[in-house]
Amino acid sequence: MRSALKKIYVALIILFLYAPIGTLMVLSFNRSKTRAKWGGFTMKWYIGLFQNEEILRALFNTLLIALASSLIATVIGTVACIAMTGMKRRSKSLLMGITNIPMLNADIVTGISLMLLYISLGIRFGMGTILLSHITFNIPYVILSVMPRMKQLNISTYEAALDLGSSPLNAFFKVVFPDLLPGILSGFLMAFTMSLDDFIITHFTKGVGVDTLSTKIYTEIKKGIKPEMYALSSLIFVTVLTLLVLINLSPDKKEKK
Amino acid sequence: MTSKNKWLSVPYLFWSVVFIIIPLGMILYYGLTDKTGAFTLDNIIAITTAGHAKALRLSLLLSLVSTLVCFLLAYPLAMILARIQVKRHNFIILIFILPMWMNFLLRTLAWQTLLEKNGVINHILAFFHLPALKIINTPAAIILGMVYNFLPFMVLPLYNALSKIDINVINAAHDLGADNFYTFVRIILPLSIPGIISGITMVFIPALTTFVISSLLGGGKLLLIGDVIEQEFTRTSNWHLGSGLSMVLMVFILINMVLSAIFDKDGEGSML
Repeated sequence: MRSALKKIYVALIILFLYAPIGTLMVLSFNRSKTRAKWGGFTMKWYIGLFQNEEILRALFNTLLIALASSLIATVIGTVACIAMTGMKRRSKSLLMGITNIPMLNADIVTGISLMLLYISLGIRFGMGTILLSHITFNIPYVILSVMPRMKQLNISTYEAALDLGSSPLNAFFKVVFPDLLPGILSGFLMAFTMSLDDFIITHFTKGVGVDTLSTKIYTEIKKGIKPEMYALSSLIFVTVLTLLVLINLSPDKKEKK
Repeated sequence: MTSKNKWLSVPYLFWSVVFIIIPLGMILYYGLTDKTGAFTLDNIIAITTAGHAKALRLSLLLSLVSTLVCFLLAYPLAMILARIQVKRHNFIILIFILPMWMNFLLRTLAWQTLLEKNGVINHILAFFHLPALKIINTPAAIILGMVYNFLPFMVLPLYNALSKIDINVINAAHDLGADNFYTFVRIILPLSIPGIISGITMVFIPALTTFVISSLLGGGKLLLIGDVIEQEFTRTSNWHLGSGLSMVLMVFILINMVLSAIFDKDGEGSML
């Protein structure tokens, strides 16, 4: 009885989280252009999507920024984690404190502060400023997921590699890196997701005429969202879902063998 | 891996100073000066004018309620999830991160479709002859939007903290004669405090400062402090006033940072 109640509770929360997603998927097949009523099944928004250059452009920008910013953040963040292991406690906690600022700060404050920085430096607003901003808020996600791995690391294995004549760089990539990899990967994935879903910081740091999907949707809200947008979001969601299911299934099989 | 590698921190240190510290300094500069560059406190005192104070009060009220609702929903959920096999750890985290792959504005907008007078939920309620739900364009809809968007940020740190509790500690408490309630109050709750603090911070700050959720679900009539600041920057272009009001928000953010530094020294309450 109690375990049934638990299952119902978990199911209700998951329903709550996924109901809007289901709604958007249904809307992507809706013949009627308004959200309010069902006008019959159609695939035309999915076809129209690939002819809509504005949306494809925004999609390209979004993916490019998410990929570039999370890759750069992963490199900077991982290197910072390695550096922190050799640091004194005081300077380490100072650096971790700074790392926490973008995490704990409000997005609107981060966005505004970066906007003021770019204005005073005279940097032109565009893809570059969005990229710099996304790297900034992505680095903490990388550091916070690599750091725990770093703490678990057994330093003796690295020293053993050095004693056996390996170069520091070689020892790092052969011995340390594989242990860090799960943390690095989850940091990268988290950073990519956050970049993809960000609206507020992009809103303040983008230039005129440059749009990511979020800012494009924001300008469309007043005019009415184009149903192609629902189609695109559903496609992205289903693609990611499929990828994640595949990734999650494969290690299980290996374990069984 | 030794102290020799300290120079490796240089890129990150440089990045943090340029893109975190200096920009925050810029807000302080703009907030404390007027258009001529002279020192003034007017931009901060502006929070006491009727409109701004009302927006701040509404923001505080709605974000406190949302944080409380998130906590009450997430704690039992995290307790249930924490007792599921460790092997499923990544999968559980994914369930809560996955919705973020569908754009946050669209997901919030979908609640309009669900909540509208002739929306999906009311059709379902009517089918069961239940009274209709009339919360769209009210503060309640904004709270729902906040809870919806920020619930994962409460669930993940709580789940993380609770799943780290050694089951033997709980068993020991039972062996020593503690009942479920006593074990919860004396063992589980205190051990999950880092997660609780982190969850509260991760929900309260974004809820307090949001500016889109209110316009999407509140019908645009209810102004939150985030809406006011956003308008100062994008429409009125009064950066000094916008920065001054942001500084007021930063006071709340600072209180939160201090709280999490006290209760979560080792970053145990992190999301990941």
